[in-house]
Amino acid sequence: MVDATHGPDAHAAEFPDVELYHPRSWWTRYVFSQDAKVIAIQYASTALAIGMVALVLSWLMRMQLAFPGFLEFIDAAAYYQFITMHGMIMVIYLITALFLGGFGNYQIPLMLGARDMVFPYVNMLSYWTYLLAVLVLVASWFAPGGPTGAGWTLYPPQAILSNTPGQEAGIVLMLVSLILFVIGFTMGGLNYIVTVLQGRTRGMTLMRMPLTVWGIFVATVMAMLAFPALFVACVMMLFDKLLGTSFFMPAVAEMGVQLAHNGGSPILFQHLFWFFGHPEVYIVALPAFGIVSDLLATHARKNIFGYRMMVWAIVIIGALSFVVWAHHMYVSGMNPYFGFFFATTTLIIAVPTAIKVYNWVLTLWRGDIHLNPPMLFALAFIVTFVNGGLTGLFLGNVVVDVPLSDSMFVVAHFHMVMGVAQILVIFGAIYHWYPKITGRMLDNTLAHLHFWVTFVGAYLIFFPMHYLGLMGVPRRYFESGDISFQPPSAHELNVFITVMALTVGAAQLVFVFNLIWSIRHGKPAGGNPWRATTLEWQTPQTPPAHGNFGRELPVVYRWAYDYSVPGAPEDFIPQNQPGPTPPHHEGSE
Amino acid sequence: MSDPAVTHSPPAEPQLPGLEGFVSDWSSDRTAFKTASWGKAMIWIFLLSDTFIFSCFLLSYMTVRMSTEAAWPNPSEVFALEIFGVHIPLILIAIMTFVLISSSGTMAMAVNYGYRRDRKKTAILMLVTAAFGATFVGMQAFEWTKLISEGVRPWENPWGAPQFGSVFFMITGFHGTHVTIGVIFLLIIARKVWRGDFDTEKKGFFTSRKGRYEIVEITGLYWHFVDLVWVFIFALFYLW
Repeated sequence: MVDATHGPDAHAAEFPDVELYHPRSWWTRYVFSQDAKVIAIQYASTALAIGMVALVLSWLMRMQLAFPGFLEFIDAAAYYQFITMHGMIMVIYLITALFLGGFGNYQIPLMLGARDMVFPYVNMLSYWTYLLAVLVLVASWFAPGGPTGAGWTLYPPQAILSNTPGQEAGIVLMLVSLILFVIGFTMGGLNYIVTVLQGRTRGMTLMRMPLTVWGIFVATVMAMLAFPALFVACVMMLFDKLLGTSFFMPAVAEMGVQLAHNGGSPILFQHLFWFFGHPEVYIVALPAFGIVSDLLATHARKNIFGYRMMVWAIVIIGALSFVVWAHHMYVSGMNPYFGFFFATTTLIIAVPTAIKVYNWVLTLWRGDIHLNPPMLFALAFIVTFVNGGLTGLFLGNVVVDVPLSDSMFVVAHFHMVMGVAQILVIFGAIYHWYPKITGRMLDNTLAHLHFWVTFVGAYLIFFPMHYLGLMGVPRRYFESGDISFQPPSAHELNVFITVMALTVGAAQLVFVFNLIWSIRHGKPAGGNPWRATTLEWQTPQTPPAHGNFGRELPVVYRWAYDYSVPGAPEDFIPQNQPGPTPPHHEGSE
Repeated sequence: MSDPAVTHSPPAEPQLPGLEGFVSDWSSDRTAFKTASWGKAMIWIFLLSDTFIFSCFLLSYMTVRMSTEAAWPNPSEVFALEIFGVHIPLILIAIMTFVLISSSGTMAMAVNYGYRRDRKKTAILMLVTAAFGATFVGMQAFEWTKLISEGVRPWENPWGAPQFGSVFFMITGFHGTHVTIGVIFLLIIARKVWRGDFDTEKKGFFTSRKGRYEIVEITGLYWHFVDLVWVFIFALFYLW
């Protein structure tokens, strides 16, 4: 254990500068940049742009569900294409890319006191491969037959049969795009992991890292182990589609004609997909957990409650999430003992997750809560996540899951727990770090408008869906028509949900406007507007310059959560401030 | 800081043995692996991820081998050769395996000479390794040609389960791609060793990082991994 009580001078001599790549032209500074901060902004902008496409798709689907036939260009094929692209974009190209590529690139080096990621060139390639993946995905709109309509899980054999929309080119482009995404992510992920493990500044132990970094780090490790399964599944399905192999294709008769495929295992695809797909839920949840912990501590002016417990909960959730994947496959049929095993592991995950929620609430307890936009979004996340988590307890049980699985209940559950909750954190995090990234504050009034419409609206969208699901309204249906068990109120509720979805979507335009307008017209933020302790707020310049910390790297003397320390002159002590730490604080050693 | 060669590595700290050392390394600042540079940490984590890819391929192979209803062709017969009128099962695969494992030996020697800064021997041994690798890929190309001429296709083959051909082309193809990439990297690095780039610490064209002999070891780790994967493919696909 390094004794970090010496001043920076004692160590400056033995702490050499990283060989940084210095841009020499406009192109290498802003376009083909190797600076993690620029790459982060590129990742985030691309992700938000493609996310807007997914938002419009959700509008179109809601229009169809509430007002069938109103928009004439939406037929069944188009509807399934919208579903598929909406799901895939939101889960992978928006949330995963934004949390890991966006926030990961921006926060990891700055929060750890590093000059940059450890392999800036590979990091740059990561972004350009991701952009290529997005472009290939977008290209499927312009390919003959349009994008694939296989559903976002791409289950074979249906995904590549000839009556599925987009089977001409869409499914191929989707698979190629996913393969590219995995390759691009791997290059970024190596950077995030090695930077956390090997690139920290003096005094920054793992147990002094802000929870944001912990969440992103564990999520990246999980992604490096889970994405291979997706990669392999995509390669094999591509072969099934293009070469006529039968990895996933059993003997199938289509329109009375026996196909050439024979002897494959569709269940194998489901196993591979969910071995990726379930960890993926936590790949997007863990960064959200981490970020929300930091938002709560900063804006409630209190240390995070149970820091060590929070770290271990993140690690344990990450590990457990690799042994629960088959709970997505209860309706596919399995040995009852397997169902029992996967239901048990699924419910065990609730324990570390509940610990985190209790700790968040206890962090707020008697805190000096500032109800500014980041805090509001963090609070909204807790509520939404608890809500989605509780319905997860229902669905984790085989006997409850089987009747509910194909209903709107599941749609409500996973939108709450891995859609809305994570998007709320993304908003909170953008409101929190935008002043550091641009040097200006976002407009507070617009932010409050954005928050209340988004939060209340999201609840009004997804809360009634639970009820629809319990009534038996199926998901995935393009049009339900007159079904005897569905009362008229189900349709009225559908109309209500659609109106809310349109409203919430429109509120995002306020957010986008705020983002663009405030770059020039926002109030100057100064270096540390939130009076936060972590290193990214202690940079000599705002926005941070190339190399992040000027001539000398900061030295860390304490954990990230010294807020409202009794006896301290201010209500926060930055991590790089020397001097004694009150002995009763855990993590400060 | 006098030795620029260790720019990436922190100053050596006293190492404790055993579990105590593990805990103290992981609870210390700056680095978790005290002796590993950034490059080495990166290649190990990459290989861990790649292990999952090959594991998924092999598990999928076992699954389709169970799910298909047609009989699985006998690999000993499929990969047998007639040499001078003698029918020898699996002979080509045995030679390929021998060649690849030998290449791991020359690679290990290259790494050793690299750290001794013996430019010539390092480069030659790397070239020998690359030659072994190229031989392996060449023999694989021969094997592919032979099977294709006998009517094996990804979607069918004359002897039984169509998945046999699919799995064969996919897994050996993916592994062969790894070997080919390894050969290309070996050639590039061998050239840099030969020119003395690592003695002068010439900066990389793209990365502007100083060149070091350590890259020989990083290439070596990748190479050994590719060999190790082949052992599993050999055992699970050819011998089973």
